[in-house]
Amino acid sequence: MTTLTVNGESRSIKASPDTPLLYVLRDELGLNAAKYGCGLGQCGACTVIVDGKAIFSCITPVMVLEGRAIVTLEGLGSQTAPGPLQRAFIAEQAAQCGYCIPGMMMRAQALLNRDPNVTDEAIRAELQPHLCRCGTHMRILRAVRRAADELKKKSAEVRAGR
Amino acid sequence: MTHAVSRRSVLAGAGALIVALRFSGARAQTETGTGGGPSKHGLSGSLDDTPNIDAWIRIDASGAVTILTGKAELGQGLKTALLQVAAEELKVPFDRLSLVTADTARTPNEGYTAASHSTQDSGTAIRHAAAQAREILRGEAARRLGVPATTLQVRNGAVFGPHGARLAYGELVRDQLLSVEASTTSRLTSPEDFTVMNQPVSRIDIPAKVTGGSAYVQDLRPEGMLHGRVVRPPSYGATLRDLDIAPVERMNGIAKVVRDGNFLGVIADREWAAVQGMRTLAATTTWIEQQALPDSADLPGALINLPSRDTTIHDEGRPGKPGIAVVASFSRPYLTHGSIGPSCAIAQFQDGALTVWTHTQGVFFLRDAIAGMLRMPTENVRCIHAEGAGCYGHNGADDAAADAAMLAVAMPGRPIRVQLMREQEHAWDPFGPGMVVRLRAAVGPDGMIADWHHEVWSQSHMMRPGLPGTLTAARLKSDASPPAPPVALAQPEGGGDRNAIPLYAISNCKVISHFLPDMPLRGSSMRSLGGYLNVLSIESMFDELAARSGQDPVTFRLRHNVDPRARDVIETVATRFGWAPRVKRSDSTGFGFGFARYKNLEAWCAVAVEIEVVRLTGAVRVRRVVAAVDTGQVVNPDGVRNQIEGGILQSMSWTLFERVTFDRTRVTSVDWSAYPIMRFDSVPGAVDVHLIDRPGDGFYGVAEAAQGPTGAAIANAIRDATGVRMHDLPFSPARIRKAIGA
Repeated sequence: MTTLTVNGESRSIKASPDTPLLYVLRDELGLNAAKYGCGLGQCGACTVIVDGKAIFSCITPVMVLEGRAIVTLEGLGSQTAPGPLQRAFIAEQAAQCGYCIPGMMMRAQALLNRDPNVTDEAIRAELQPHLCRCGTHMRILRAVRRAADELKKKSAEVRAGR
Repeated sequence: MTHAVSRRSVLAGAGALIVALRFSGARAQTETGTGGGPSKHGLSGSLDDTPNIDAWIRIDASGAVTILTGKAELGQGLKTALLQVAAEELKVPFDRLSLVTADTARTPNEGYTAASHSTQDSGTAIRHAAAQAREILRGEAARRLGVPATTLQVRNGAVFGPHGARLAYGELVRDQLLSVEASTTSRLTSPEDFTVMNQPVSRIDIPAKVTGGSAYVQDLRPEGMLHGRVVRPPSYGATLRDLDIAPVERMNGIAKVVRDGNFLGVIADREWAAVQGMRTLAATTTWIEQQALPDSADLPGALINLPSRDTTIHDEGRPGKPGIAVVASFSRPYLTHGSIGPSCAIAQFQDGALTVWTHTQGVFFLRDAIAGMLRMPTENVRCIHAEGAGCYGHNGADDAAADAAMLAVAMPGRPIRVQLMREQEHAWDPFGPGMVVRLRAAVGPDGMIADWHHEVWSQSHMMRPGLPGTLTAARLKSDASPPAPPVALAQPEGGGDRNAIPLYAISNCKVISHFLPDMPLRGSSMRSLGGYLNVLSIESMFDELAARSGQDPVTFRLRHNVDPRARDVIETVATRFGWAPRVKRSDSTGFGFGFARYKNLEAWCAVAVEIEVVRLTGAVRVRRVVAAVDTGQVVNPDGVRNQIEGGILQSMSWTLFERVTFDRTRVTSVDWSAYPIMRFDSVPGAVDVHLIDRPGDGFYGVAEAAQGPTGAAIANAIRDATGVRMHDLPFSPARIRKAIGA
């Protein structure tokens, strides 16, 4: 039995230790956001955050994840209470089919956590491992920019003692 | 339905357009699988096939309003747009409407959700049905109140009369009130009164998609669901030599191994167990393969040497006029749809009836195909659309549905979910066909095109279901269905010859379509069909002729254009881009322009690009893109922008990177490293899309309008930057480097 920490909750996993995290998230924990795209780490649709870093869940077996903090898109907010990055993607209408978007968002979130002062060039470079077939790239970039600006404003307000 | 046969007469009305719908002659056969006969009821859009108002709009006693459409959400924003149309005409708040999409048991049959037809087919039907429903409700209120209908106001889902009288729609509906055939006139809302249409209403499907909600067929988990995977043969026509099922059956979690002829599948209690079972089964299986694929080193040569059925689709004036002549041959390779989510379906077989949840583009045609494959009565099969990843045409969706159906009948009672593996989606995709265009043209001493001769070679772009032989599983199983015969889509929409007839005014012009009945690789419908290569070729030739005769490319186009709406998009882009005053930043910079009216029937679109060619590597960097589009009456401006932006980036990806590779036996581009598409390092610096406002006009299909003009603009910009005309797609770094001799 493997124990995983997913979105702050401790979960006991029945799947064999060599099972890729993606299948545990979707099949055993009933989470929808991480998507099967290629199973090869080539497209990014399965991306989640582990200990602050974006990883491909389709090629990461659960045996190496015990005791580490796993965050999926579900951990950033919900439809009724969307988080800042989710609000930004809705505001920019940054999806067509949307299948690639959760993975994009998780890598973007890891970037924003690391560096809220991120440049446009850094956002582009960071998203290089991700494929979008609908051609929504411009909106995705705008949404991440919007979320970054929002977070910067928030932290400036916090620093100003509000 | 084509605009060529529809005529609208607009009569003045107070706050409303009274639109009479008159149709003359036959409705052209379209890629949606509808039309092809005389108008049945003289009604517009899909109302002509399904004229009952309550087939589109249901209102219950509580006032709940349900809109029904036979079209499907493909990520193009269809659900939101159709609800906008319904809300506007019914006068019901947008968020109080619910929507049912393509379902063989519930919705009208609107053929395939394809060919940029959805707003004009379904949007038009819903608009008229909603407007007529509103007037029926107003009339019912007038009858009950004993006052003339003209004294009543309709808003917010209710009819308001004198002295504070208010009758909600729920109170007004009684049995059969809306069970009437639509009439041939509708009292449509005037564009100046729009509150929901032509507004950038937020997409209703996006919140679930960005929060991990259940948004796709991949996310459905019906009670008792099992996971299936299939083992595909390694190549077309391969037959099973030998396999060993026993070790797979002994694996943990495997519920069943299914073999039926050359069809192989596993069913497991967990998805990962199904994947492992599939891999083990594949490893224990050997196949007899054949070398049946063409020589990929010279695909254009292989294509034009195939037997063809030739049709002269346009012949005007007298060819052979003298001038500065240019001869050029253009080709595109096979392209894959490349959905980011491999195709998926869930099927359940219970008490002799089969239900399939699928992201097919045509639930009714798929139902027929699956029923045929399984030799079941059609009425025992129900197909329900559930969203998948974007498909951009006929991808593996229908195959996955057939696979799920095969596994479901092998294990009755349990819902079986099948998702294709990436390599299966890539290898067995019904590709966008490889094509060749040969163009010969001349510009005369007056600077006008004196002669134009266009020939196009292509296999079928229409191998969609309907017949069971279009489904991979139906061809693999033991009593296999015969292969489906190749379908040549006819003009005016066309297939491989879509957009082959130039929209420009050219006095001596001949266009020949060479339809190839053979299908060297499996192929079918992919966004814009032949329109992409035909437009790229025509627009490349325009720039060549302009260059050889010392004319500006945009001026040269305008000199050959008689369509004022074409002129509008061309001039809008030229102005917004700053075409006339453009200055090259370096000797590696290039500017390119492209224009087309999609199918010569739908939206008008012009695109200009500024690029830089990295001479050392041959890579193309697109600095900025400006586009203008005229889609007639806009339903959702942000939705149109999203489609055009997406079309531009997807077309850039086709143009610069994409090519299905194969050896004499197998398709070899079976993952994203062997079939690269655009990544973020190639995304343009800026993309600006301008919409031309046409209030009160009809709907003209827009979703594919950018494909041809974008490819053309890039081709022309490469020529401008390097002096070299590229002919064979993709214009990859290696090919550009070779062409410019760097």
